[in-house]
Amino acid sequence: MLTQEKTTPLAPDTARQTLSGAEMTLRALLAEGVDTIFGYPGGAIIPIYDALYDFEGQLNHVLVRHEQGGIHAAQGYARASGKVGVVFATSGPGATNLVTGLADAQIDSTPLVCITGQVFAHLLGTDAFQETDIINITTPVTKWNFQVTEASQLPEALAKAFYLARSGRPGPVLIDITKNAQLQQFNFAEYQPCTHIRSYRPAPIVRPEYVRQAAELINQARRPFVLWGQGVTLGQAEAEFRAFIEKSGIPAAWTILGAGALPTDHPLNVGMLGMHGNYGPNVLTNECDVLIAVGMRFDDRVTGRLDKYAKQAQVIHLDIDPTEIDKNVATTVPVWGDCKQTLPLLTALVEAKTHPEWRQRFEQFQAEEVAAVIQDELFPTSDELTMGEVIQQLNELTQGEAIVVTDVGQHQMVACRYARFNHSRSNITSGGLGTMGFALPAAIGAKFGRPDRPVVAIIGDGGMQMTIQELGTIMQTGVEVKIIILNNQYLGMVRQWQELFHERRYSFVNIASPDYVTVASGYSIAGRRVSERQELQNSLREMLDHPGSFLLEVMVTKENNIFPMVPQGCSVSEIRLR
Amino acid sequence: MTRQEYNITAYTENQIGLLNRIAIIFSRRKINIESLNTSPSEIDGIHRFNIVMHETEEVVRKIAKQIEKQVEVLKVYYNTNQEVIWQEMALYKVPTDIIAEKASVERLLREHGARAVVIRKDYTVFETTGHREETDTLIKVLQPYGLIEFVRSARIAIIKHSDGFNRKLREFERTEPGSEVVENEFLNRRDEVFEM
Repeated sequence: MLTQEKTTPLAPDTARQTLSGAEMTLRALLAEGVDTIFGYPGGAIIPIYDALYDFEGQLNHVLVRHEQGGIHAAQGYARASGKVGVVFATSGPGATNLVTGLADAQIDSTPLVCITGQVFAHLLGTDAFQETDIINITTPVTKWNFQVTEASQLPEALAKAFYLARSGRPGPVLIDITKNAQLQQFNFAEYQPCTHIRSYRPAPIVRPEYVRQAAELINQARRPFVLWGQGVTLGQAEAEFRAFIEKSGIPAAWTILGAGALPTDHPLNVGMLGMHGNYGPNVLTNECDVLIAVGMRFDDRVTGRLDKYAKQAQVIHLDIDPTEIDKNVATTVPVWGDCKQTLPLLTALVEAKTHPEWRQRFEQFQAEEVAAVIQDELFPTSDELTMGEVIQQLNELTQGEAIVVTDVGQHQMVACRYARFNHSRSNITSGGLGTMGFALPAAIGAKFGRPDRPVVAIIGDGGMQMTIQELGTIMQTGVEVKIIILNNQYLGMVRQWQELFHERRYSFVNIASPDYVTVASGYSIAGRRVSERQELQNSLREMLDHPGSFLLEVMVTKENNIFPMVPQGCSVSEIRLR
Repeated sequence: MTRQEYNITAYTENQIGLLNRIAIIFSRRKINIESLNTSPSEIDGIHRFNIVMHETEEVVRKIAKQIEKQVEVLKVYYNTNQEVIWQEMALYKVPTDIIAEKASVERLLREHGARAVVIRKDYTVFETTGHREETDTLIKVLQPYGLIEFVRSARIAIIKHSDGFNRKLREFERTEPGSEVVENEFLNRRDEVFEM
């Protein structure tokens, strides 16, 4: 045996050998199935970048223009592909620039592994150059974080990082690696992926008695109503969810992160929930008798005033995270567990029904909303373009096949309300944190995650200017992203609130823009500006047909308001159509 | 719902940074930690946190769940004062000459179960162990006699009905856990809403 070891060349990936912490890190990424890294080098992470030099062809590193762009790109990648997004950043400012993205990924349950360089272990706590306590800074915004100060800790730390990021309720993980640990040579055997941590349960144990109680409630219900969120997508339970909906015949509405898990044109998809959601789903939340929440967390933008939220209803809550049960809305029956597991159990026990009269209520409200809001928004007769008609025209051209990445604000609500989605993982938006500047980098990441699908970023003139530097990433990588800027020359959502609730005191919402087409052309990105209705469809077609990225700036009406709206402090049933 | 003292007992891995992860669950919600003690548990390598908070059960249950959600936390229990055996330790530094002069002081100390830990020419340090009221009373008693220094430890508490964590830990160590007992579970509390 010993002589054989001496004479037989060892397989590089499996044999015990000496290698640096930096190289081990990259091997771990390969073992975890990583193909793309979004990152930005710097002093404390140079050893890892040095090792990366030898991994060309195996690991695609996307050089972003700012670490925030890097982490949003990784979020877009993860949300589009379902895989873990990976980010590299250096210590100090590189690491702190990740914080917004971590908070966004934490609240939107996006699986990320962020690797930050750190100063040498012997300098920790000395206020060394580019030293920051990133572990403590990121503790509230990570599912888990860990500082590695010895190379030998790396295999286990990275294995845990990937396992924790993707298992259970996914989330961001940060691994901070001191420079000495990256440089240190150590004996490394085989990479062992993590499959179990004794102090961590990815999902609670499914309790059949609760499933049974839930089914009984559903079978007795006369006006049952399903709310679904991103949990359906994260659990890859789209088919199981559809089977449940179709057998039980229950109308279902979505949170913005849930959009697309059931196709937009599915007959039981009754629309969007929340502050700018559809009329029927909001009003009828307070008329249903059984409310079935699947993989959603009753965010305040969804519930409005809590003490007037669905008080008449028995609430069934399916969630993988026990802390979500009873957090905001008291539950009659908690169905703990992964909904991919619990939904089929529930489907087996529910009776096949169609609820025609109850569903008709939704249709009546929808007709009212079309007449009061939607018709004018999608097919306006005014001179100026509306955001809604841009989305409507885009739907006609993409037929719901595109991944739509939105930023935050009025255009986000319009896009979520009106964009058509045939597939899950098609609506990528910053839901919980509401991060302006999210869309452009997230769209870049989404395209890397799903190069087979068209990716359209829809961005306001405010958000565009927050991460506009990522046009440089597009230029350098040649990634194909279609960018639509809906320019109303205002920070529109804040302006809307100032108009409605602050006597039109427009305080610092008037924002100037550069000539976006010229800016794009500076980055060798084709572009066009449109403000006339007769040019809109052709411009959109030109954008979609163009080989490569394209920036389309659409000048839309300045002072449009998003309706319907549940004003802050009001109940969902007090939703206003105008 | 009425606010009262609750004792949180958390079994955790011994991990740097976990104390911060637990502490920010409280600070983020503007909830004060009345007392916090970390110690080893009956199992080698498993740490035990005792945390005291003054809140409604609704809030305590949510906090307990949030603590248990942390990756390195194995299990969290919460109990009222009636459900635990608890103790706090206090030290009192008093001028020795006064105690030597006044026999009444020595009697008072004996009555309160205080024990001399250190006796020097200039001062004597007494120790008592007990509930908050007991250690508090002795401060008042000693105050007129020139109490120099006082300190009280965090609370430690043992759950009356608990049979320890050994069996539980074996359950956690299995890759496919069986039907774990979920102590803090509840149902049909329709009208209680978390308001922070």
